[in-house]
Amino acid sequence: MSETETYSATAEVAQVRQRTSRGKRIWIDLKKAPISAWFGLIVISIYGLVAVFAPLLAPYDQADTSFGAYLPWGDGHLLGTDQIGRDFFSRLIYGARNTIGIALATTLLSFLVGGSLGLMAAISRNWIDQVLSRLVDVLMAIPSLIFALMLLSIFGSTTWGLIVIIAILDSTRVFRLTRAVSLNVVVMDYVEVAQLRGEKLGWVMRREILPNILPPLIAEFGLRFSFVFLTIAALSFLGVGIQPPTADWGSMVRENASLIQFAKYDILGAITPLLPAAAIALLTVAVNFVVDWFLHKTSGLKDEH
Amino acid sequence: MNTEERGEKGDVLLEMKNIVIDGWSDERWHQIIRGVDLSLGRGEVLGLIGESGAGKSTLGLAAMGFVRPGCRLTSGSIMFDGMELSTASEPEKRRLWGTRIAYVAQSAAAAFNPAHRLIDQTIESSVRHDLMNEAEARENAISLYAAMQLPEPETIGFRYPHQVSGGQLQRAMTAMAMASRPDLIIFDEPTTALDVTTQVEVLAAMRDAIEQFNTAAIYITHDLAVVAQMADTIKVLRYGEEMEEAETRKMLTHPEHPYTKSLWSVRSIQKPAETSDDYILEINGVDAAYGKGLKVLHDVSIKVPRGRTVAIVGESGSGKSTTARVITGLLPPVAGEVLFDGQALPPELRQRSRAQLQHIQMIYQMADTAMNPKQTVAEIIGRPLEFYLNLRGKAREARIIQLLDLIELDESFYDRLPTELSGGQKQRICIARAVAAEPELIICDEVTSALDQIVQEGILKLLLKLQRDFGMTFVFITHDIATVKAISDEIVVMYQGRVVEQGLKDAILSPPFPEYTKLLLSSVPEMDPDWLSNLLAERAGA
Amino acid sequence: MHPIVRTVIQRLLMGLFTLFVVSLIIFSSIELLPGDFGEAVLGQAATEETVTAFRRELGLDQPAYTRYFQWVAGVVQGDFGTSFSGRAASGIDRSRDVVDLIAPRLENTLFLAVMTALIAVPLALFLGITTALYRNTIYDRVVNAFTLTTIATPEFFVAYILILFFASLYQVFPSLANIEQSMSFGEKIYRSALPSLTLTLVIVAHMMRMTRAAIINLLASPYIEMARLKGVSSRRVILKHALPNAWAPIATVIAFNLAYLVVGVVVVEVVFVYPGIGQLMVDAVRTRDIPVVQACALFFAGTYIILNLVADIIGIITNPRLLHPR
Repeated sequence: MSETETYSATAEVAQVRQRTSRGKRIWIDLKKAPISAWFGLIVISIYGLVAVFAPLLAPYDQADTSFGAYLPWGDGHLLGTDQIGRDFFSRLIYGARNTIGIALATTLLSFLVGGSLGLMAAISRNWIDQVLSRLVDVLMAIPSLIFALMLLSIFGSTTWGLIVIIAILDSTRVFRLTRAVSLNVVVMDYVEVAQLRGEKLGWVMRREILPNILPPLIAEFGLRFSFVFLTIAALSFLGVGIQPPTADWGSMVRENASLIQFAKYDILGAITPLLPAAAIALLTVAVNFVVDWFLHKTSGLKDEH
Repeated sequence: MNTEERGEKGDVLLEMKNIVIDGWSDERWHQIIRGVDLSLGRGEVLGLIGESGAGKSTLGLAAMGFVRPGCRLTSGSIMFDGMELSTASEPEKRRLWGTRIAYVAQSAAAAFNPAHRLIDQTIESSVRHDLMNEAEARENAISLYAAMQLPEPETIGFRYPHQVSGGQLQRAMTAMAMASRPDLIIFDEPTTALDVTTQVEVLAAMRDAIEQFNTAAIYITHDLAVVAQMADTIKVLRYGEEMEEAETRKMLTHPEHPYTKSLWSVRSIQKPAETSDDYILEINGVDAAYGKGLKVLHDVSIKVPRGRTVAIVGESGSGKSTTARVITGLLPPVAGEVLFDGQALPPELRQRSRAQLQHIQMIYQMADTAMNPKQTVAEIIGRPLEFYLNLRGKAREARIIQLLDLIELDESFYDRLPTELSGGQKQRICIARAVAAEPELIICDEVTSALDQIVQEGILKLLLKLQRDFGMTFVFITHDIATVKAISDEIVVMYQGRVVEQGLKDAILSPPFPEYTKLLLSSVPEMDPDWLSNLLAERAGA
Repeated sequence: MHPIVRTVIQRLLMGLFTLFVVSLIIFSSIELLPGDFGEAVLGQAATEETVTAFRRELGLDQPAYTRYFQWVAGVVQGDFGTSFSGRAASGIDRSRDVVDLIAPRLENTLFLAVMTALIAVPLALFLGITTALYRNTIYDRVVNAFTLTTIATPEFFVAYILILFFASLYQVFPSLANIEQSMSFGEKIYRSALPSLTLTLVIVAHMMRMTRAAIINLLASPYIEMARLKGVSSRRVILKHALPNAWAPIATVIAFNLAYLVVGVVVVEVVFVYPGIGQLMVDAVRTRDIPVVQACALFFAGTYIILNLVADIIGIITNPRLLHPR
């Protein structure tokens, strides 16, 4: 080796990042986030606030039928009243609370079930894995909306029944993803290093595997939430989901859909039933934007050019 | 086409001036090639050499007027036989590609279309560009297969890519490039994916072909010994810039640039071989198999003297990594036993005591996958300290800093994440993690083969220092003979799951050789432009 | 045996097994019914005898496996049992055979599905391939933005917006797609226009994105770069080098989306009051008419399984590694 270029390990070129606190890092990431992600985050926050503070924000109760049916916009009722005289605006606000709350509970349950089973299957890789994977294959061979309809016909439509049924059907997809990403991590040399060191299974799962499968699972949580949210909205729209008098966006569309027929005479009235549908679409788009950004950021995916 | 049309040997064929190419990553454009010039005469072979990320392939493809998606040519001129390729239209370039300029890709297995027979792919350019009719082209392809010494040249073309071996595919790809008798072939690391014994045959076939047809070539590789066999001149690239260009012999004997000199450096480490009768590890008659399937180790016996380095050498599939898995307990043997310090180790990892685990540590080939990307350097090195030595708090912190110092890194690395380290630094952290357990034996599985040459030397020196200072024993698993020569005391040669021979380095590396050892050792390219010719002459004579 | 035949047979057996398990699940749904459902179906006024007779008719006095085999035997012969609706506490039975309920509606649903598929599949493949070829152009971005919005939107929203514009504000198409057997072919198409358009929009979005991703993935293969560097024309690169390797991903995309179409039909039929099997199923779920639900579920699940099976088999028989074994 020459005199001019003495080798120093410390001086080797590497991307060194200034170490910063977690909060600061998040803020830096946010500042670099594209407009779509910002839009998504803001929309989600607004929905969240509306859902949490629904009773304070809504002028009337969701089940209050003491008004005339199909009242027009304005005049004490911002968006008019529905077919049995409930304040539409109040129901829209309560709908955020009910629809989002139920979808969130369902997604959480489905991750609890699918995530833990998927992790277990990936680590054990024995008959448990075999049995669970085959079971999931079969469950996924039935379209989940159809399966949900069938189960609802048997157990009837209660809120809890709905949550459990959809969560279990959806957990098959969570299982598959968790298992797949965990399998990718389990084969990593650092997991072998931990095993060779003599670490216990719990430690390996908690410290070596979990931190590495979290980013894709968080992204999946967003996508699954959108999917569950759409499924529940669809079931409610079909009249077999969330039951009256609980306000929810799916059934609100259906109950007032006939107003669309009269668009020529009352365009505002015709738009009314579309508002909850638009609210659903807006939230799903927002979640998708945020998930896209998050995936892009954590996977280091490069733009295709 | 005949030679007259092609012009005289030495006439300028390709002239690239001030090439600048950008690549898109991390949301912005980065320069990959920073103003390189390149000139190539007819029938000449230019070796393009450099480490990963030096921009060799990018520059090689640019010689065809091609930039990969995600890259752009920002400036420079590419004159190919009087034609400016940097501004030429796609159809204009397409008329050159596959007829006058051909490309040989690194992985033939991926670059052949799985859906078509080899011969149909071989003749595609010639037929499409109306150089020959189909019958002529087929005949031509068969004669080229013969020239490339492919077995059964008459019929091999009718196979599909997945039906022939890697070495044969690489030769078939060279035949495909030669099919239209191009003026220029770009070879993009064509032998990197091959074992050394296969590499020799492919190199010989490629060299014959370009000599026979007087084809000019750009030969891209990171291996100087390989390029020395192929090239008339060598150009050294680093970070997209030219370091030095010289005629091959001159470059080998009198490199000028410090960087070029450093590329030789692994070969400069020399360690006198020593032995000992005090064996720390003894593998006795081990058979091993994966699942209920094929046996991969047959009656393997290896003795490892204390405080020495034993190198286990072999090609892919020789069973050298499996041996490491048996030692560590990851793969319990079907028969035989492993003795550590004279005591039999339980075959299964789970049955081994914490002390037994502590005494044998392992360092991996890919430091990237051997470190949890979510843990800091301190967590990575600190865990064995906690786990085996029960060090906590201040004592743990002090020891981590001490270990960092040992591997020549300073305190500032303490809370970095693996993504904030270079390749060599990562491997050093892995070494520190192994040393932290205060083991007696460290198994090094191809620890330097993923690293650039200059970094390799630093790592090997560090390992030698650790051995000197702490009397550690190393089992070094590698396919790289240069590394073996540099650091081992004893050598074990493995082939197809069996030990071919074991002994002191000097004894193994000098005659008489068992047949396989001879083949293996003689196939390792040397930094001598005449090596391949001599070897082929010798083998033909034998 | 040729490995391809073996693989195909393996896949077929697996499909058959799945179908078996699915039928088991669907069958056992009746087992899970609460004990008093007899009263629920027949009404509060039902006497002990009518309830017992009803239970006997369902075979609830026999062991479950016997009933399963009877049920499967019936299904194979096209007998799905008798609907629960139309029964009364008095024992008077105006119920109809499930088959008679389903058959005409099945025809309608298939009509809608085929009509949609004929428009959606070629359109989606065209859009998917062109956006993959002209990546990152304005065209690509516009199509992508549009499809992303469609995907995030519930089917009924798309449906009602179409109704608002094409049936209510401008009366181009009828908002109710109440087709009947007696109608002419043209009349049926006219009435099914809006439901079909809704489904097309939703399917095309999904399918086009999947096609685009599959093609981009394919075009990134080293052998495609190699083909380009051999001076092969763009057209030939696509037709000769990409396409032979694209059948498997394309078949998967089509099957997935046709399966999706079958499910999407449910919501769309309800919106447009289209007399198809989806609407029938939703009505049956509301009234807990289990035999009808079972038959519909079996139809939907069977279609889904068969479509996926076909896609997998296309993938197998176009795989050169299996076609030309070592």
